Amino acid sequence: MSTIDSAAGPALLPAPFADWFESKGWRPRAHQMELLSRASAGESLLLIAPTGAGKTLAGFLPALTDLTRRGKIPPGSAFTGVHTLYISPLKALAVDIERNLTKPVSEMGLPITIETRTGDTPQAKRQRQRLNPPDILLTTPEQVALLIANGEAERFFKDLKYVIFDELHSLVTSKRGHLLSLGLARLRRLAPSLRTIGLSATVAEPMDLRRWLVAQSPDGESHAGLVTAPGGAKPVITILKSEERVPWSGHSAKYAMPEVYEAIKAHRTALLFVNTRSQAEILFQALWAINEDTLPIALHHGSLDVGQRRKVEQAMAENRLRAVVATSTLDLGIDWGDVDLVIHVGAPKGASRLAQRIGRANHRMDEPSRAILVPANRFEVMECQAALDANYLGAQDTPPVGHGTLDVLAQHVLGMACAAPFDEDDLFAEITTASPYTGLPREKFARIVQFVATGGYALKTYERYARIRKTVDGLWRVSNPGIAQQYRLNLGTIVEMPMLNVRMVKRGAKGAVGRGGASLGKVEEYFLEMLSPGDTFLFSGKVLRFEGIRENECLVSQAFSLDPKVPAYAGGKFPLSTYLADQVRSMLDDPARWGELPDQVRDWLALQRDVSSLPKRDELLIETFPRGSRHYMVAYPFEGRLAHQTLGMLLTRRLERAGRRPLGFVATDYSLAIWALDDLGYSFAVERPSLENLFDEDMLGDDLEAWLDESFMLKRAFRNCAVIAGLIEQRHPGKEKTGRQVTVSADLIYDVLRSHEPDHILLEATRADAAAGLLDIQRLGDMLARIKGHITHRRLTRISPLAVPIMLEIGRETVAGEAQDFLLAEAAEDLIAEAMGEAGI
Amino acid sequence: MQRLALASMEIEDFGTVSARTVVAGVEAMCDPLGALYLPETRLLVVSDLHLEKGAAFARRGMMLPPYDTLATLKVLEAVIARHDPAIVVSLGDNFHDRVGSAHLPEIFRTKIADLARGRDWIWINGNHDPDGTVDLPGQFADELHYAGLAFRHEPSLVSPAGEIAGHLHPAATVIRREKAVRRPCFATDGRRLLMPAFGLMSGGLDLRHKAMTGLFEKQNLIAHMMGRDRIYSVRFSNLRG
Repeated sequence: MSTIDSAAGPALLPAPFADWFESKGWRPRAHQMELLSRASAGESLLLIAPTGAGKTLAGFLPALTDLTRRGKIPPGSAFTGVHTLYISPLKALAVDIERNLTKPVSEMGLPITIETRTGDTPQAKRQRQRLNPPDILLTTPEQVALLIANGEAERFFKDLKYVIFDELHSLVTSKRGHLLSLGLARLRRLAPSLRTIGLSATVAEPMDLRRWLVAQSPDGESHAGLVTAPGGAKPVITILKSEERVPWSGHSAKYAMPEVYEAIKAHRTALLFVNTRSQAEILFQALWAINEDTLPIALHHGSLDVGQRRKVEQAMAENRLRAVVATSTLDLGIDWGDVDLVIHVGAPKGASRLAQRIGRANHRMDEPSRAILVPANRFEVMECQAALDANYLGAQDTPPVGHGTLDVLAQHVLGMACAAPFDEDDLFAEITTASPYTGLPREKFARIVQFVATGGYALKTYERYARIRKTVDGLWRVSNPGIAQQYRLNLGTIVEMPMLNVRMVKRGAKGAVGRGGASLGKVEEYFLEMLSPGDTFLFSGKVLRFEGIRENECLVSQAFSLDPKVPAYAGGKFPLSTYLADQVRSMLDDPARWGELPDQVRDWLALQRDVSSLPKRDELLIETFPRGSRHYMVAYPFEGRLAHQTLGMLLTRRLERAGRRPLGFVATDYSLAIWALDDLGYSFAVERPSLENLFDEDMLGDDLEAWLDESFMLKRAFRNCAVIAGLIEQRHPGKEKTGRQVTVSADLIYDVLRSHEPDHILLEATRADAAAGLLDIQRLGDMLARIKGHITHRRLTRISPLAVPIMLEIGRETVAGEAQDFLLAEAAEDLIAEAMGEAGI
Repeated sequence: MQRLALASMEIEDFGTVSARTVVAGVEAMCDPLGALYLPETRLLVVSDLHLEKGAAFARRGMMLPPYDTLATLKVLEAVIARHDPAIVVSLGDNFHDRVGSAHLPEIFRTKIADLARGRDWIWINGNHDPDGTVDLPGQFADELHYAGLAFRHEPSLVSPAGEIAGHLHPAATVIRREKAVRRPCFATDGRRLLMPAFGLMSGGLDLRHKAMTGLFEKQNLIAHMMGRDRIYSVRFSNLRG
């Protein structure tokens, strides 16, 4: 494709724009003009640009110029629908864009109306927007789903010319993206001439996004055009080389706090990224413990109270903070004032994520961003080094778009019935234009429609309760208006964990708990179940004393304990990416690259080489050794925690069957340890079983099936699918339920369904979900194929240096399935012992 | 589906998988399938069957699987076969909603008739189904006083002595080494006993929930918890180790 010289600007840009650029002393950038000219000529486009490249303005230029040429709609004209839809993954981003866009529009005096519409928009304003839409509507994927499920959608969108997707790379890989792709398919039907503009950071497979942006047909692929902005200055990234000893394991990086603090002091504003919310809490606490200059350091993560988060964001925008400790809630695009340093605590787990986060520092593309990586343990040192090399090399490991999931499709089908009666064949033709659903078999779609109607059970007893019905004209209609209300309340793909609001109260003199104080945020219910009144935990940057649960709130008071329990949050753990895993393996295999590593890590690896061996890039190293009364085997696949967990389950089953009496296992991102009563080293040496057999790919057949059905992970996936597909409501009209009150237990429904109709479409969707996400089966399969014939076994007399980190994790793993009954037995044994004691025996 | 699997298993020694308890001087066995058996009177108690729960939700637009009644009746059949009781008391919330028994599919109606043949069957009315049952064998009542015990759906606040009640779906949580395991349980302090929910699609309420406040003498309270294949008896004070 031709590039357009920015000298061509004046011809394309209406006068107010050209004047405005000139008054600022700017020139439109080449990629902005290229995008403008190609979009104006009718092309849908993907713009890939680094942060700071004027991506947003580029995305809006075609719409702004078109609207300027159109001019103001005279009062009294016929209804005019919305002209441009801008969709962002974050509410805050939509609000931020409104500010950034309104400014130039009013400076140029353009006759264009711009409004936001998010979950926070008041009902009255939403109502008014439906009657009198703005030219440009800035919104979120959920609002798009709501708008198209409305009976007035046709009228509202009939004049739609542009749909702009911001941060497209982050939107498309999730179920949220699947729902949005279906929404786009509907928008294309309502406004056949609309063009799409996708804005994205660098991704591994741009073609996935280009397909996503345009309608697909059975005759062959189509894709949007591509515009690429040149990269900015290379970031300056360093790994913190601490004087302190780098720990063997753990994730807190406490050892490095003094140096991190010094780095904060030496910069204007620092963003500190971590991978989990509990890490954020620990880091924040550790920094304040040494904050002698009382620098304004704040905390930001997804569980905190919204009001509190907004305050932090505000202070950040006004440059009142010196540092913010954040999780992925700050990964995406809002401008946060003058950030001149990004500190990444813990390994980034993926090269693309690191690039994105580093881009948060210094939004001017001609100046380099500065970043410091702080590994929390020795494996992370290598991982950070690998990520750093990758960032320089521009390697990317963004996840693939993936197949459209069936639970999302079910939700969409109900939404479309709420909008207007539909013909099944027509809707099928429409949804298969969305790239994630292009390959969907017609028969599966029919099953989804049945599911939406009556649950799709083999036992057909619910016909008379059907939510949608096929009427004599052959169209599917909702049975009653209540269905649409139910749909609107439960729309979306973000399933809440059962959470309780955390509220601060004062403790009275006699320990009596007072009435409500400030709300601090939300914490998972299962975590609170483990607490007794008086226990302490770290949350919202404070050590809190658990007082009890009242109604739907967790009451806490200020505590003075120095040794709190830490919330063990479920969310936010990313597995190590395949790309980085390969880099770490190749680094281990190549002592020439060790020069980049700190001395202590180098010594550690050298020692490992001497007493055992280092895994070669394409082999699997297995060590066996006795310790205490047990026998251990440690494997080093470097395939991420999820794949290792699955592998651990399967290997334990196989060892059990071979009579080797395994007792348990634990998995990290790098390795897997299994312990047993039998001497595993000896067993492998005499091939009972042989390691080749033990690690044979056939474990992904029956063994996997058998285990999957019992797996608690499958139950978790089921809950998610059941809520998204509308089998279980999160909220019922009139009773706004929280996650805690999901009306029925998803686990119990899962059990009943699995034992009576194992082929049900929702179980099919659940298995597909679990295989792709929670279990990483694809990755495990690739690994087993790769290591076939390349397993090295070292029989050691004692633990090796490389095995130390995972051995330190033993005891921290969670129990699941059968193991749970051991805990019950333990408690019951106590009772027996107690009873025996009472009887004087 | 532990209980459904357990219901189809042969049990060699009932004594090792069940738990013996005494309520107001009356001996009772907690069956791991979730029923209480009183050997002296050959009386079997089940509570909170919540039959037709799936259908009740479907009527309101949530298409839960229609298999819960079938599954619950299978387990009920197994526990009746094991004890061959003279009397069966179903302790209320027998159906998930008022119209449940009227809309019950014929095949389940027949199944219940088969189970009830040759024994007395008493439906205690619950808050979900206060109007009794339609076209089913047996009698219905708000309360039953028999063999020195009082059988009612909701535990009374005034007279705990000798009360067998349901309604609250008690569950207990054992915590060891920062790990929590929660299971439905029979809860008793020797004066009254609360039954676990028998319905396979019914959840549980923790013994520490405020709805349980004042029902038991905590120092005597024991949770007979339902494990995968047996009952585990844990003293209340010992749940959190």
